[in-house]
Amino acid sequence: MSVDILMPALSPTMEEGTLAKWLVKEGDTVKAGDVIAEIETDKATMEVEAVDEGVVEAILVPGGTENVKVNTLIARLKGEGEAASAAPVPAAQAAPVAATSVAAAAPAVSAGASTFADPEIPAGTPMKKITVRDALRDAMAEEMRRDERVFLMGEEVAQYQGAYKVSRDLLQEFGAKRVIDTPITEHGFAGMGVGAAMAGLKPIVEFMTWNFAMQAIDHIINSAAKTLYMSGGQIKSSIVFRGPNGAASRVGAQHSQDYAAWYGNVPGLKVIAPYDAADAKGLLKAAIRDPNPIVFLEHEMMYGLEFDIPDVEDHVVPIGKAKVRREGTDVTLVAYSRMVGFCLKAADELAKEGISAEVVDLRTIRPMDHDTILQSVKKTNRLVTAEEGWGPMGVGAEIVARITEHGFDYLDAPPLRVHQEDVPLPYAANLEALSLPSVDKIVSAAKKVCYR
Amino acid sequence: MARTRKGEASDGKSVDTGVNAFVGKEELLKFYQDMLLIRRFEERAGQLYGMGLIGGFCHLYIGQEAIAVGMQSIQQKGDQIITGYRDHGHMLAAGMDPREVMAELTGRAGGSSRGKGGSMHMFDIETGFYGGHGIVGAQVALGTGLALANHYKGNGNVSYAYFGDGAANQGQVYESFNMAQLWKLPVVYVIENNQYAMGTSVERSASETAFHKRGVSFRIPGEEVDGMDIAAVREAGARATEHARSGLGPYILEMKTYRYRGHSMSDPAKYRTKEEVDEVKQTRDPIDHIKERLAKAGVTEDDLKGIDAEVKRIVAEAAEFARTSPEPDPSELYTDVYLEAAQ
Repeated sequence: MSVDILMPALSPTMEEGTLAKWLVKEGDTVKAGDVIAEIETDKATMEVEAVDEGVVEAILVPGGTENVKVNTLIARLKGEGEAASAAPVPAAQAAPVAATSVAAAAPAVSAGASTFADPEIPAGTPMKKITVRDALRDAMAEEMRRDERVFLMGEEVAQYQGAYKVSRDLLQEFGAKRVIDTPITEHGFAGMGVGAAMAGLKPIVEFMTWNFAMQAIDHIINSAAKTLYMSGGQIKSSIVFRGPNGAASRVGAQHSQDYAAWYGNVPGLKVIAPYDAADAKGLLKAAIRDPNPIVFLEHEMMYGLEFDIPDVEDHVVPIGKAKVRREGTDVTLVAYSRMVGFCLKAADELAKEGISAEVVDLRTIRPMDHDTILQSVKKTNRLVTAEEGWGPMGVGAEIVARITEHGFDYLDAPPLRVHQEDVPLPYAANLEALSLPSVDKIVSAAKKVCYR
Repeated sequence: MARTRKGEASDGKSVDTGVNAFVGKEELLKFYQDMLLIRRFEERAGQLYGMGLIGGFCHLYIGQEAIAVGMQSIQQKGDQIITGYRDHGHMLAAGMDPREVMAELTGRAGGSSRGKGGSMHMFDIETGFYGGHGIVGAQVALGTGLALANHYKGNGNVSYAYFGDGAANQGQVYESFNMAQLWKLPVVYVIENNQYAMGTSVERSASETAFHKRGVSFRIPGEEVDGMDIAAVREAGARATEHARSGLGPYILEMKTYRYRGHSMSDPAKYRTKEEVDEVKQTRDPIDHIKERLAKAGVTEDDLKGIDAEVKRIVAEAAEFARTSPEPDPSELYTDVYLEAAQ
């Protein structure tokens, strides 16, 4: 009996990868545990081990193939003692792989014709494609070149090159003094980062995820955010706390929380949650230069996505300014981070039904640019917010309160909030999908406020 | 009264500091004045608290004066100190203006944080005083971070992180110990063991009550010191400082001391007997201790009267300033929340 070997998923969020090379050839005998191939993702190179004993009957995806989808049939083993199958590999089975490659060559999220051009980027600016991951990396590298006081510390940031490879090559360029691997001690190293900032350095403290930063939240709030005030302006903490925030994929309740509302509640902090690569880079550079403590919320599901980014020497985006990503006239959709992409897709869906949605990307949670939201609502008279976090006391609740206070007379319907269901995020795939915000939920909320 | 200049750390290494515990009568008199200033200042703060001029929490340093003054006397310019909320003594020892410290206690515009910090949250970069922190143990990680900055800049400075026997049980202390030794950071951890974490005695809260051994599993040397004897404080402090400044990494000093007053002003201190407190006052008082040394050096009570009067004058002036300094202008409410970003 033959055994199928499928393209494995090497992380919770991996959807495809490069089958870098085969270490066996057809006809070789393998036993369980033998390394048979190497697979590269944008994060890492991993070895694939045989799970069963047998003879390699057919290699169906050649070494060097890019964009191989998870679960694609890549080889077949025949059990020991069996005769080699005479049948050649059906051509049809290879075909989906080829098709996948072509499809995946296009960026996963395209700016698309329907979105609004960025008013801050002058026409004719040369653009290049870059992933959010590399945009963040470049931002840190550029600022570290610019300012000796800037350094990076966190778990696995140096030798491992970053748990999510955001700090790739930084150790090689800047050395161990400025790219510091810490033990797994968030409370301790966050406090040390703040202490170093108080003494005039500009640390970037990476949390492997914001979920782990709950161990460090005392230093983020009590030590970093409040000390300038308590010292009458004497003690400054120019420090950036950054890392992935929100729900990745199937990692369960303790690794999936969105902290925008938590930190957005705290005076003394600035809280940033970018959507695309240009904002990720431009806002991280601004954050590193800012003299205040910054909470910089990234998203694991966004790291691997490619976007156009201005190919200019020093791309810095101002903190505290929202951005209209798509113009519309019927309803305002406000979101941040990954939910901006959901809102853009929802706007596409709504357009098919004759509803013109305007999409406002908050970019900064605190200070919140409620003026941009208000201007949009004055035009559309309807408001829907979308966030990954829980609804009660959330970012959407804050937006709705502000718009109700300052734009009550412009509203033609009660605003609606789309957010995670009010439960710890479940693991089961179906329950997870039910719990998280979705394009469909945004579409239906938008229709509801339009009384459609 | 000859004291050895060599001390033995818990790792068995002996360090020659080359520092004399006392260099002469003049310095001895200065220490006496500095310690007396803390005591009189704190007594006055207690009084102002009773009058309702100081609000909230107010933790007095009475009984522990030899530690802040002794450690300060061996520091260099650019070294930093950081402590918890029992911080008035460290600020005065560091040389902060007593008027500004007292006016911060009364929440006035003339306070060191312009009235926005209070007793537990004072700072002064000029003198290297980095607070003044209200969260038990936070200053240990922050102080280790100050040492990280010194190490990064290569400036030869040492940071001194003070904390109590209560904070010594906090997890972040050990996270900090680990990284400080791993990276050989120039930090001296000064544990002021005054026997009580608020109302809980060391015996009731610590499985290992010898706090100077708490660094053993991180290979950090430590030693127990009589924190009521300024000479012992200075000797051990010099040893620890030499160790840290020379690049050998952190060092732990456990100062055995005692606080005479309650944990804060609102603490009646019923968890210990009056006899216990009286015995310490009568037999181990740090100011009596230095007076004995002064007497042996030929200083008479009459000679000290001038100092006593000067201290009294400074404290009265501080109290007057703290009483008459205006409350902060309402416009101060929204200042110092954010710094303006340079464009």
